[in-house]
Amino acid sequence: MLLGACSGPQSALDPAGREASEVALLFWVMLVGAAIIWLVVIGAAMFGGKWQKQPLSERAGLRIVLYGGAVIPTIVLAALLVFGLRLMPMLRAGEPELRITMSGEQYWWRVTYAAPDGSKVESANELRLPAGRAAEITLDSVDVIHSFWIPSLAGKMDMIPGRTNRLVLHPERTGIYRGVCAEFCGRSHAFMAFPVVVMEPAAFEAWLAREAAPALSKADNGAFLANGCGGCHTVRGTQATGSIGPDLTHFADRQSIGAGILPNTPDNRRRFIAETETLKPGVRMPSFGALPPAELGAIAAYLGSLE
Amino acid sequence: MLFRSETPNLWTLLAPPTVWALHFLFCYVAGAIICAKAPEALDELRLAIAAATILALVFIVVAGMQAHRHWGFGSDMPPHDTPTDEDQQHFLGLATMLLCALSAVAVIFGAMPALFIAECMR
Ligand code: HEC
Ligand SMILES: [Cu+2]
Repeated sequence: MLLGACSGPQSALDPAGREASEVALLFWVMLVGAAIIWLVVIGAAMFGGKWQKQPLSERAGLRIVLYGGAVIPTIVLAALLVFGLRLMPMLRAGEPELRITMSGEQYWWRVTYAAPDGSKVESANELRLPAGRAAEITLDSVDVIHSFWIPSLAGKMDMIPGRTNRLVLHPERTGIYRGVCAEFCGRSHAFMAFPVVVMEPAAFEAWLAREAAPALSKADNGAFLANGCGGCHTVRGTQATGSIGPDLTHFADRQSIGAGILPNTPDNRRRFIAETETLKPGVRMPSFGALPPAELGAIAAYLGSLE
Repeated sequence: MLFRSETPNLWTLLAPPTVWALHFLFCYVAGAIICAKAPEALDELRLAIAAATILALVFIVVAGMQAHRHWGFGSDMPPHDTPTDEDQQHFLGLATMLLCALSAVAVIFGAMPALFIAECMR
């Protein structure tokens, strides 16, 4: 039980990327170092209290204060400082092979990939990365401060309105990880997460080409359009061109619904539309629970067809 | 007044931390200006910080040597708390010497990032 947080999709102690490995190494170095210092200090206290019967001379005492209290701590701090400073430039090293913009919005993530041909590919609420390649993530926000954190891949970086921050990720192991918003941003802050899918580079390129294409769905989108979903959501290749909410062009391909809160299953698609405001308090999408069940079903089915 | 002074005073006591403060300000203000106006001049910035660091350390070492002398080269141990001129001298000398050590370490720590930064963050 105690070790429950030490592995899995959202653990900084189970790194899957270069930055996170460095952070984990730093953590272990500090932990072991702190344990050694603690043992020495407690050991000295026990020694002084139990075995050392004669008081030390004043000179010897002052010497212990000088070395134990000033010289050794200074050396340890200097070593840690060098160790930490050395990490920082490495975190941005290397020319990125992929550029992605992520923007935080209460309470979801707008994701834009720069395709190899220079065009932009709109997506949302999920980040896909090729393993073994450097990816530069440009971070900003449109409303309040959010913070972008994928513990398995790297340390966190704030998303600040009016300022653009840069983070370079070097994912190394394929798998599905979890990113979160790490800065309190409102009532549904805790429901602002996203899956991170690290793929083989070839699979990633195929996926990006698919993601760039317009929607292929042949399903009926009448109910979707009639209820005004298209006023806030874009489904490329259809009349839905809104940009207030997440792009839904290939929504069925995503791992999760509503910024990481529910697995993307048929039942959950229906539930998210019907109970939006219950699932995510303060969300900028109205609940459509009042719609007739047949219509809800038609919309959910359409969403499920958006591969 | 600061150097070659026969007796320590509050100015000689405050000088080393003041040098630390000025050095700190210089590093960060110069860093901010270079990164905002001329990010390609990082190497020059590094040199300037190195020069400022050497200058500050020389000053602090000289001040420390003077404080060591005021302390009477450790002829007696603290606490220097009898109301005599000699004890006042020894107290100020020792306090200044300790502040010199602290300031020297702080100056070195403050300059260290200049060795490692690779670029101005955009
Ligand atoms: C007023 C604008 C607005 C309208 C109208 C609207 N939505 Fe949304 N929708 C949003 C916003 C904003 C979000 C992001 C919510 C969040 O997670 O914080 C969202 C999220 C979603 C998601 C989750 C997307 C993801 O990436 O996980 C789905 C699915 C969705 N909406 C479907 C619909 C459907 C279907 C309709 C019509 C019945 C609709 N929306 C109407 C604004 C709107
Ligand atoms: Cu947030």
